[in-house]
Amino acid sequence: MTARKFIILFAVAAFAACGDVSLGRGMKAFGAITLASLPSLLAALLNPWIILGILLLLGFFVSYLTALSWADLTYVLPATAVSYILMVLLAKFFLHEHVTIWRWLGVALITIGVGFVAIGPEATPGAHCHNREAVCEPATLADAGSEA
Amino acid sequence: MTNLAVWGGIAAVVISSTIGDVLQSRAMKEIGDLGVIRQSHGTWETTRRVVTNPGFMVGLGFMAIGFFSLLISLSWGDVSIVGPASASLTFIANALAARVYLKENVDRRRWLAAILVAGGGALLAH
Repeated sequence: MTARKFIILFAVAAFAACGDVSLGRGMKAFGAITLASLPSLLAALLNPWIILGILLLLGFFVSYLTALSWADLTYVLPATAVSYILMVLLAKFFLHEHVTIWRWLGVALITIGVGFVAIGPEATPGAHCHNREAVCEPATLADAGSEA
Repeated sequence: MTNLAVWGGIAAVVISSTIGDVLQSRAMKEIGDLGVIRQSHGTWETTRRVVTNPGFMVGLGFMAIGFFSLLISLSWGDVSIVGPASASLTFIANALAARVYLKENVDRRRWLAAILVAGGGALLAH
């Protein structure tokens, strides 16, 4: 695991947690949305917290796609599950939600799960373009070869 | 809003996000390491390769459905339940889908992680 890959995985987790908390804060201002009040969902898109949440989730999306380009989906998702911890911490200290001992235990279990998968291989051999010869566009193969 | 409605919203997030994740993972596997492509061909060419991939665009559509489902669900329940529960259940669904559709090597270590995350997600709902 190179420093670049570690930073990308951490960025996925941080953007996801901050984005969800920002969206959660914004949606609280609108109350419960029902099928009858769907137009209010469009109004929610003008809320500053919703806009910030969307921008943060855009950052999540770019770093997530980058991670998926060199690692398995079943590696990226659990390896970035540290976002759950950040999310619960932000929910408690930023949104002032009540976090029970059961939720903290849940966070602990998820953290152990992250640890299990993070120490394993990041990709299935031959699954990605840069480590097999099929499907890849020629320029990509040349790039991967020059990096190696 | 009732617990049933909140979990219904979470289910919508899980299903649409899993389809989106699998399609986008397949697209990224086909395109190759974005960091390498960006270094040699620049950001514009990297973006072009991603957005012209049909699997990516369809996956993006499903992720958009998942995003709006998440927005609605967040208005119904606490973010510390909706966020972690939908994400952890999506993780389990993704492990199954990745093994079947992406042929990823989901070994004992990754299954154990899936069980731990599922258990953690269940506890988060308490």
